[in-house]
Amino acid sequence: MTEMSEALIETVDLHKNFGDLEVLKGINETIHKGEVVTIIGPSGGGKSTFLRCLNLLEKPTSGSVIFEGNELNNATNLDDHRQKIGMVFQQFNVFPHLDVLANITITPMLEKKVSKADAEAEAMELLKQVGLEEKAHEYPRKLSGGQKQRLAIVRAMAMHPDVMLFDEPTSALDPEMVKGVLEVIQHLAESGMTCVIVTHEMGFAKQVSDRVLFIDGGVVAEEGTPEEVFDAPKNERTKEFLSQVL
Amino acid sequence: MGKGLIEVFITYWPIFLKGLGGTLEYAFIAVFFGSLIGALIALLHLSKNKILSAIAGIYVNILRGTPLLVQMYISYYFLPMAFPSLNNIDKVYYVLLALILNSSAYVSEIFRGGIQSVDVGQTEAARSLGMSASHCMKKIILPQAIKNILPALGNEYISMIKETSLAGTFMLYELMYTKTLLANKYLIWQPLFIIAGIYLLVTLTLSWGVKQMEKRLSVSD
Repeated sequence: MTEMSEALIETVDLHKNFGDLEVLKGINETIHKGEVVTIIGPSGGGKSTFLRCLNLLEKPTSGSVIFEGNELNNATNLDDHRQKIGMVFQQFNVFPHLDVLANITITPMLEKKVSKADAEAEAMELLKQVGLEEKAHEYPRKLSGGQKQRLAIVRAMAMHPDVMLFDEPTSALDPEMVKGVLEVIQHLAESGMTCVIVTHEMGFAKQVSDRVLFIDGGVVAEEGTPEEVFDAPKNERTKEFLSQVL
Repeated sequence: MGKGLIEVFITYWPIFLKGLGGTLEYAFIAVFFGSLIGALIALLHLSKNKILSAIAGIYVNILRGTPLLVQMYISYYFLPMAFPSLNNIDKVYYVLLALILNSSAYVSEIFRGGIQSVDVGQTEAARSLGMSASHCMKKIILPQAIKNILPALGNEYISMIKETSLAGTFMLYELMYTKTLLANKYLIWQPLFIIAGIYLLVTLTLSWGVKQMEKRLSVSD
């Protein structure tokens, strides 16, 4: 990314507690339009919780999440905002009772009143892009993990989101499936889609990101360009973490 | 000992048949209306509103924690006493009301279990796409939950077939009531064995049917 464009998502002093456990301890971050941000850090450090707060799947204990200028915490039209915030999960979460095509078309048809014909035409186009057009009428049980995850990605894309959130999208995949999914995400990122990606794939993070956040102990302990964070980390905890995973 | 079982059955089979019809009908009414109320109770129970959820929990605990027979007595004797304007309603309905409410408590737990058995990731995926809570429940969660709910509802119907035997106490014409009818003809032990045999035949057959349904539903996994 060359210049700082407008803010897409902003968090202000974001806190999240689970019972007595303080998982997020005040995060102030801004995700800019067109930016690709990867989030790395040790397990339990709060990176997935942070991501899940961005579309309010987790309700912040305090602080706010501002999406396209709208405070989401108390938004009455949260569903409308969520339609513009795509999310991809570690466990895919495709709908097992719907075939591949219906997985993609159901939400546009229900919530955006897109006609069946239009929704299906677009779904087929999206499936083609990720090499799944021949699976359109299969049920998810017939798909491999990598195929399910690609389906989950295009299912989110069918809502025409302004940003895509990825929560460890390759962590549940067999090793040989990882590459195909990362390619799809990379392609998205290169096409200008704003992406926030929680990942353990350091090589991928380095390659695809405009900016890397290292989240540990509920705070952003370090952030910078991939070169800054991976090649010349300043924080001791970042150094320690990277020495263990690289 | 008097007459044999077969002789009694051959002579009085229309009475038993009518009793069985009553049993199946009352059990069906109980489970059908119990399901409608039970689904509502389950949704309340799962609601984020703590007060509604607590009320549903208390409802379920009271109805499952007290004997059906006691519930029937309360409905049959206490309701018309407390609300004299209800007095001209046929007493049958008071017994049915107890059956329905009792069944609704069990059915609500079946629904709740079925809904909770669906991975929370399904809800998260649907809601993160921007699907409304009610669409998510109707289009994503319930269709998956039904796989666990349908066989369990079948089993609830089978239990209810046995539970309705208590309705005979209140002169409802069901299978167990035939015992009272035939006692007037000095037939004491024969009807009991015939009744037991009919219950057994019906419940075993229906259990087999439920098993087949479970097998069918699991194929689509």
